[in-house]
Amino acid sequence: MDILYLLIPMSLILVLVIGWAFWWAVKSGQFDDMEGPAYRVLMDDDLPAKAETISISKREES
Amino acid sequence: MEATYNYKVVRQFALMTVVWGIVGMLVGVLIAAQLIWPDLTYGIPWLSYGRLRPLHTNAVIFAFGGSALFATSYYVVQRTCHARLFCDKLAGFTFWGWNLVIVLAAVTLPLGFTTSKEYAELEWPIDLLIAVVWVSYAVVFFGTIMKRKTPHIYVANWFFGAFILTVALLHIVNSAAIPVEAMKSYSAYAGVQDAMIQWWYGHNAVGFFLTAGFLGMMYYFIPKQAGRPVYSYRLSVVHFWALIFTYMWAGPHHLHYTALPDWTQSLGMVFSLILLAPSWGGMVNGIMTLSGAWHKLRTDPILKFLITSLSFYGMSTFEGPMMSIKTVNALSHYTDWTVGHVHSGALGWVAMVSIGCMYYLIPRLFGRAEMHSIKLITLHFWVSTIGVVLYIASMWIAGVMQGLMWRAVNLDGTLTYTFAEVVARMYPYYMIRLLGGALFFSGMLIMAYNVIKTISGQKAVDAPIPAPAMAHA
Repeated sequence: MDILYLLIPMSLILVLVIGWAFWWAVKSGQFDDMEGPAYRVLMDDDLPAKAETISISKREES
Repeated sequence: MEATYNYKVVRQFALMTVVWGIVGMLVGVLIAAQLIWPDLTYGIPWLSYGRLRPLHTNAVIFAFGGSALFATSYYVVQRTCHARLFCDKLAGFTFWGWNLVIVLAAVTLPLGFTTSKEYAELEWPIDLLIAVVWVSYAVVFFGTIMKRKTPHIYVANWFFGAFILTVALLHIVNSAAIPVEAMKSYSAYAGVQDAMIQWWYGHNAVGFFLTAGFLGMMYYFIPKQAGRPVYSYRLSVVHFWALIFTYMWAGPHHLHYTALPDWTQSLGMVFSLILLAPSWGGMVNGIMTLSGAWHKLRTDPILKFLITSLSFYGMSTFEGPMMSIKTVNALSHYTDWTVGHVHSGALGWVAMVSIGCMYYLIPRLFGRAEMHSIKLITLHFWVSTIGVVLYIASMWIAGVMQGLMWRAVNLDGTLTYTFAEVVARMYPYYMIRLLGGALFFSGMLIMAYNVIKTISGQKAVDAPIPAPAMAHA
């Protein structure tokens, strides 16, 4: 199983990389707000400008 | 130019998702029919089962699933980062390059060019092209993350990012080969070493190509379609880190009871069982997003697609760890149970979540609020759900029956059934599977009609990027 000499070090390097990414995310404040991001996605209105009025009127109907 | 999002490449990939879905599933229906009527294609070598089966898997995973991933990741990364894609030309190259790979696959696989590595059958020149396209994809995606106008990176982007990086690593390591001529190469690894690399690749392809990327879709499109924030943003972050820290070593469960060392098999089994936790955490998080708004499921067929896909995700991520247990695997391995399990994930989870996202996306890319016909989406939903259920239920029965008949022995130790006897018993289940597959395929035709009606006469629109003052910090 010589292949494990490739796969195991590769996994360890990968875990280090993931660990570094996690450390960076924590340090740079990515996880400071665990509520806001979920709402901010919803605040981004991605309906086409013209179509917007149509869909709102439809929603009111239903 | 900079003031709008790059929707062009999203549009291209979104439409090709529908096209490649139809092509890939048509080939699937054909090979399912070949298992019932082996002479269906008159023995023409290019249309033989052995050559079409890899074409089917490549077309549905990389062409259909891949296009859906490109389209949604490019859309989500732009919308959540409030930034246009990094380098339009490179993004355009990923579209044409990826589609060239697919066309080359559709030509070379029926001609019989194959490395014989499952889900990595394409020969070395095409592998090189894949690597170039994939690295370009990573540059476009992470370039966009780098130029983001919002400080936070939304969780869906973490899933997409992990999927892109891991698939690059998997592809490059597994496809390492020594070319001997233009369309022939030998793997850089041999024997059991090759098998171990192959399933390290194979299972992580399932985990990152067919799971992490689609979870990224789930975390953006379910909240958007439901109009509610994800049930727990905190759980989604835990889900992400738990999944990527624990995924890598599940592969050996594909090699139970082979020449692979026993401890490696057991390690693969343990890691597969551990995966149940993050998988179900994510599934619950997605489904519970609808809590307090369950009534929306009654009227909104797009939500039906998205939430049903999560139910199938939950089912197959429970079934998978169970099948990785060595004693269960002794019964299930090499049977049609595995085929059923794969399709519960591939049709039920991957295809249904992709279809739901496309129904959300396509009207928005063409300046419309919704699809041409909501009724046809509902019809599509029911046709495909019934199709998946027929498919996986027939394969469960067929698979368990095969497993039991193969291992049945007489008192004197001889086998009770010959292999051909077991094959003969499969006819009714293969018929039901064909019916289920044909239903799912016909759903894609309904979708294509609906998409054509939605976009015909419509102008392609590129939405404006919110001005920094409006951007929510």
